[in-house]
Amino acid sequence: MSVPELVCPAGNLPSLKVAVDNGADWVYMGLKDDTNARNFAGLNFDAASARAGLRYAHAAGAKMLLAINTYPQGLASPRWQRAIDSAAELGIDAVILADAGLMNYAAERHSQLRLHLSVQTSATNYEAINFYHERFGIARAVLPRVLSLAQVADVVKNTPVPIEVFGFGSLCVMVEGRCALSSYVTGESPNTRGVCSPAKAVRWEKHGDILDVRLNGILIDRFAAAENAGYPTLCKGRFNVEDETYYAIEEPSSLNAMALLPELANIGIAAIKIEGRQRGPAYVAAVTRIWRAAIDAHAQNPAGFSVHADWANGLARVAEGQQHTLGAYHRKWK
Amino acid sequence: MKLALGPVLYYWTREALLDFYAGVADSAADIVYLGEVVCARRHHLRLDDWLALASDLSASGKEVVLSSQALIESESDLRTLRRIVANGDFTVEANDMGAVRLLAGRVPFVAGPHLNIYNGETLAWFARLGASRFVLPLELSRDILRELQSARPAGMQTEVFAYGRMPLAFSARCFTARHHNLPKDDCQFRCLEDADGLALQTRDKAAFLTLNGIQTQSALVYDLSDSIGELRSLGVDVVRLSPQSRNMIEIIESFRERCAGRPGASLEGLRVAPPCNGYWHGVPGMEYRTPT
Repeated sequence: MSVPELVCPAGNLPSLKVAVDNGADWVYMGLKDDTNARNFAGLNFDAASARAGLRYAHAAGAKMLLAINTYPQGLASPRWQRAIDSAAELGIDAVILADAGLMNYAAERHSQLRLHLSVQTSATNYEAINFYHERFGIARAVLPRVLSLAQVADVVKNTPVPIEVFGFGSLCVMVEGRCALSSYVTGESPNTRGVCSPAKAVRWEKHGDILDVRLNGILIDRFAAAENAGYPTLCKGRFNVEDETYYAIEEPSSLNAMALLPELANIGIAAIKIEGRQRGPAYVAAVTRIWRAAIDAHAQNPAGFSVHADWANGLARVAEGQQHTLGAYHRKWK
Repeated sequence: MKLALGPVLYYWTREALLDFYAGVADSAADIVYLGEVVCARRHHLRLDDWLALASDLSASGKEVVLSSQALIESESDLRTLRRIVANGDFTVEANDMGAVRLLAGRVPFVAGPHLNIYNGETLAWFARLGASRFVLPLELSRDILRELQSARPAGMQTEVFAYGRMPLAFSARCFTARHHNLPKDDCQFRCLEDADGLALQTRDKAAFLTLNGIQTQSALVYDLSDSIGELRSLGVDVVRLSPQSRNMIEIIESFRERCAGRPGASLEGLRVAPPCNGYWHGVPGMEYRTPT
């Protein structure tokens, strides 16, 4: 049985501080540009705030990860390579990379720099993970949110690489790193620009009591007056298939795997990741505090573990959408 | 430039597949990619059937490549993958890094469109592993391709997806089974009903996407038939056409003519949906720009 480390998002310095204060073992962040997969206006770190964040984390015994997990295109790699150089110079504890060329660069130039395999690498099986391990010495791999618990267990059993899985937050339905839906509609995708369904392409239109939401002109959903209108992530809208209107790809629900904590610990998961660098400090504080409590409670008394009602309520209050799902961990979701 | 026929991405009956490839044997295609890329549950042709088909097409003068599954989740997927890699006769298209591990340093392979080769450094790394050809990721533009070509390693061939509904995403979830309210494990193979995928429209009835089991495709057909000259001047070696259930031989023929510098038959009326080419022009993929 493992005691999974808790890996929490930091979209800015205040979020980083509350993550550390509430018991994160690791915090992950990105630079203020398109080298990372949450390239949103007003988010992320420059060198000064990264240095301040690192001091804060280290003073509390936490570690800091820098996500450099978009794909440089054409001849653009040098700018991403400079981000890796900066991480090494700053003394960041590990970088999260997706692109093989960048991993190769990091392994050759900064052999002391610890590498984590980003979820954007789409590594869903141990052959893939072991390959990155052999070639670049990756120290951890984050699994895409598409595997069932049994499949996760099979990966863990067959790789020397410690495995990190998503525990909570917004849910990608598609294999991360292999989804171009956003660039199909808007020209910008997670792989190329670090965004999905970018806000600048969103348009809300009121027609009487009806509220339409479009992404670069494509109608993602239509809300009646009584309905909650959520952000138009393009795979979470209602569409028509054979004259039936429904959430054809996925409901606007978020992942919550807390009930599976005992299974994840039994499997030997090394770390649990909380999604949400785009969310504010209140979200980060609440989710970190609750997951810290749950992981500690489980470690102290595995047999007596259950999800406390106030944890569940606390997480429900900050979740995106009103629904929770176990996602692909639960085979029936597929 | 050579013409390649990509793997059939849909689930067709055994009879339909064999008929289709009988036509392909006599077609103008130079290279044929074979195999099940999308879903391991599809079984009308098993690996031995694909290998027999590969031998037949090879005897007809086609260069045959075996395509491996894009999303590999289970031990059973890995067993199939190992058998494909060990086939001994045909080049393999790796569509997952697990396949690359099994191929690297052993035999030359094709680095497929789902391996995320977005930049020159990654392309050079794949060349060192033994890739002899790579397929440009679908969302990349001609401008990015030009940069990649300027840094292309010696001996590396470049292939561009130039026709067909685009495979835009993969999931663990089967959207066809979901549509029919069936669990994936008991999907009843309902995707057999959709020879060119299941249409997903917006609520104001615009064609948007195509559901194909765990794969999500564009509704529109990516079509670079009017940019063949540009592909040639960029040093593209292979043009990939992705199969559809009808008119495919005519489409191959039109591309053959265009690759030879002749006008080629119009694809209007041959496509299963209107065209798009936005990615090529560096704009949203669903858009269509009149070639200059």
